[in-house]
Amino acid sequence: MKKLIATALIAAMVLGTAACGAGKSGGASQTKFEDVKGEGVMTHAEYMAAPMDSEVVIEAYVQGKQSWWDNKATLYLQDQDGAYFVYEMNCSEEDYAKIPTGTKIKVTGYKTEWSGEVEIASGSTFEIEDGQFIATPEDVTSLLGSDSLIDHQNEVVSFKDLTVADKGDGRAFFYNWDNSGVQGDDLYFDVTSGGNTYTFTVESYLTDKDSDVYKAVEKLSVGDKIDCEGFLYWYEGVNPHITKVTVK
Amino acid sequence: MRTSLTKRRLVSFVMIAVTLCALLSGCHGKRAASEFTMPEDLILDGEYEISFWAKNDTNKNQTMIYDSAIKNFEKLYPNIHVNLRLYTDYGKIYNDVITNIQTMTTPNVCITYPDHIATYRSGSGVVVTLNDLIDNPVYGLGGSAVKFDGPSKGDIIPQYLAECILGEEGDICALPFMRSSEACYVNKTLVEKLGYELPEDMLTWDFVWEVSEAAAATLGSDGVYGINGQKVLIPFIYKSTDNMMIQYLKQKDAGYSDAEGNVYLFNDDTSDFLKEIAGHTATGAFSTFKISGYPSNFVNAGQCVFAIDSTAGSTWVGTDAPLLDISPDRVVKFETAVYPVPQVDPDSPMMISQGPSICLFNKADPGEVVASWLFLQYLLTNDVQIAYSQTEGYVPVTSKARESAEYVDYLSRAGEDNALHYGVKLEATRLVLDHTGDTFVTPVFNGSASLRDAAGALIEEAVKGTRRRKTVDDAFLKKLYQDTGSLYRLDELKNKANTTGDDTSDEPLPAMSIALLVTLAAVWLGILIYMLLDKVRKT
Repeated sequence: MKKLIATALIAAMVLGTAACGAGKSGGASQTKFEDVKGEGVMTHAEYMAAPMDSEVVIEAYVQGKQSWWDNKATLYLQDQDGAYFVYEMNCSEEDYAKIPTGTKIKVTGYKTEWSGEVEIASGSTFEIEDGQFIATPEDVTSLLGSDSLIDHQNEVVSFKDLTVADKGDGRAFFYNWDNSGVQGDDLYFDVTSGGNTYTFTVESYLTDKDSDVYKAVEKLSVGDKIDCEGFLYWYEGVNPHITKVTVK
Repeated sequence: MRTSLTKRRLVSFVMIAVTLCALLSGCHGKRAASEFTMPEDLILDGEYEISFWAKNDTNKNQTMIYDSAIKNFEKLYPNIHVNLRLYTDYGKIYNDVITNIQTMTTPNVCITYPDHIATYRSGSGVVVTLNDLIDNPVYGLGGSAVKFDGPSKGDIIPQYLAECILGEEGDICALPFMRSSEACYVNKTLVEKLGYELPEDMLTWDFVWEVSEAAAATLGSDGVYGINGQKVLIPFIYKSTDNMMIQYLKQKDAGYSDAEGNVYLFNDDTSDFLKEIAGHTATGAFSTFKISGYPSNFVNAGQCVFAIDSTAGSTWVGTDAPLLDISPDRVVKFETAVYPVPQVDPDSPMMISQGPSICLFNKADPGEVVASWLFLQYLLTNDVQIAYSQTEGYVPVTSKARESAEYVDYLSRAGEDNALHYGVKLEATRLVLDHTGDTFVTPVFNGSASLRDAAGALIEEAVKGTRRRKTVDDAFLKKLYQDTGSLYRLDELKNKANTTGDDTSDEPLPAMSIALLVTLAAVWLGILIYMLLDKVRKT
């Protein structure tokens, strides 16, 4: 009897979670929901059109929390139309705890670009608003190497059917870009898709050495077939920050 | 991908926060420990395990040299085991040392900067003063029990040794490990295309600004710069704006700080310089690393004329640079020239001396300290000095290494290949060697690291403000100085009156102070009245 009740409860939870996810999700394959911008808030298109160093006000949903230090938070945000990277937003540690993934926030700051990454510059301010949204990763595998990939900058994305390449000396990954680091530093690994090789990163502030993705990459071998998810970060070109690796 | 991408500017926050904590903790709860004393009859026959916290420039050659040095040292001293902990920035080392001072778990040997040591020394007995160790006839430099061919005290370049002497007692608190300076990496091809000819030896600020303005002026109505045919051009970009401010003030013989910890940063020369920088920012002629990105990436893409960065970053600069941070298809062909930083007076050049030093932390067991001292000495042998200096535009800190046949041969082969003998790197190295006598360091005191951060922040804020269409005028600067002084706690350093740049003697007292004084006066008046009444009653 107990087993039956437990099974029923689990089934109810799974169904409930699925229903909840459907209501909150968006993205390419997600059902759109009404998300009216507040007074004076830019749409994603308006944000992208705004000149560099101009003041911007956006509303979006937290998709990833990279780091908090000295009352500064660095975040990956996204709404149904596109993504934003917010670098060192003014944020107390107490408030940082109040903005888990999915939380809607309004950010006021200045738009800037650093080494190709379009972002809201250090020193922006924010308010927590009502609303939840967790983006479904957009599959951008076919866009790798194309000029249109940048249109998805900072979005939650996925890459399918990749092959782990030799990073050097038969290694599947490096600690730091040239393997000068140690466990705990950023991980770099190369993958091939469509005959081309791309470098992916596990950003150690976003996902540290104890995270599943960090451990998964440390276990990779050259030749492994994998799918990846992450944020489409930019540094002098595309530089995805990988948050999930699935070995096939 | 030299820095860890989004971590690019986090270091500065680590520095600020830790420095402020250290400044504050300097006033309270100093951890009293006895100073290290060299035992007279020490025999180093025990087993010792020592920790070495080292920094590398995310350069695997440097980590290999550390590993090799440890291996070779342990062969000579099988009873001393060295555990290496690697860092890729000084800020993190500083952060961890401060934390570990509180728990008495500092490393034995640590790569560091004198500014940081000054803060570590706010706790007594934390950092080992090296004077006695250096002169010890058995274990000292050139001592009888030293099992390797290390340098004598006289072999250490005196100027670099002097940089490690802190306080008024002549305490040698560290030994230099590597030295570098800054270089101005110039796209000579673009300069000549603009119709200018580079001077033979020295650049002046005036020249650099003039050429940068000329380059910025080639922007066409289509958004493309005529000079490079691209939509991106930052004619002049500076990596370390703290150095930019410090060197300019030194060249102008203007105030910055003194050895007593007095702060003179907020002065008229600083204001004039910030206004000039703002003017060149407004025309698109100038930007900084923190605002735009790595200087070498812009240089290599043909998007920059003058890029100032450390000589220890020279392997990343130039058409044929062995290390590259942008995709190869973005690299353009151009001729690179390497100059000292721009000068106010080219006949009296002045440039910053920088680079890591090594300090020892005190331990309860003097034998452990001596074991770590031996390892420190080993890092100054020719093998380590020459190998490490060759990884970047560093120079060895001993004349013994500099004058060795191996090093002389290395220098003579500039440009033979684009790896060990990469031309730009060796030009930058030569620059440091040739101008050793023109270098300077800023005074070191508890809080000097914070002042350095503040100096850079002034430039960053002036550039940022200009880009955001604010006017960098006297009002802007007055507020900037107040905010910066407050953020970096400069008012907690000595000479508080100087930290605001204003003579406040004629200003009215704050309301709170007036209220306090009035209350005090009222209380005293009350006491006097009470005493008088009491006396009257008694009479």
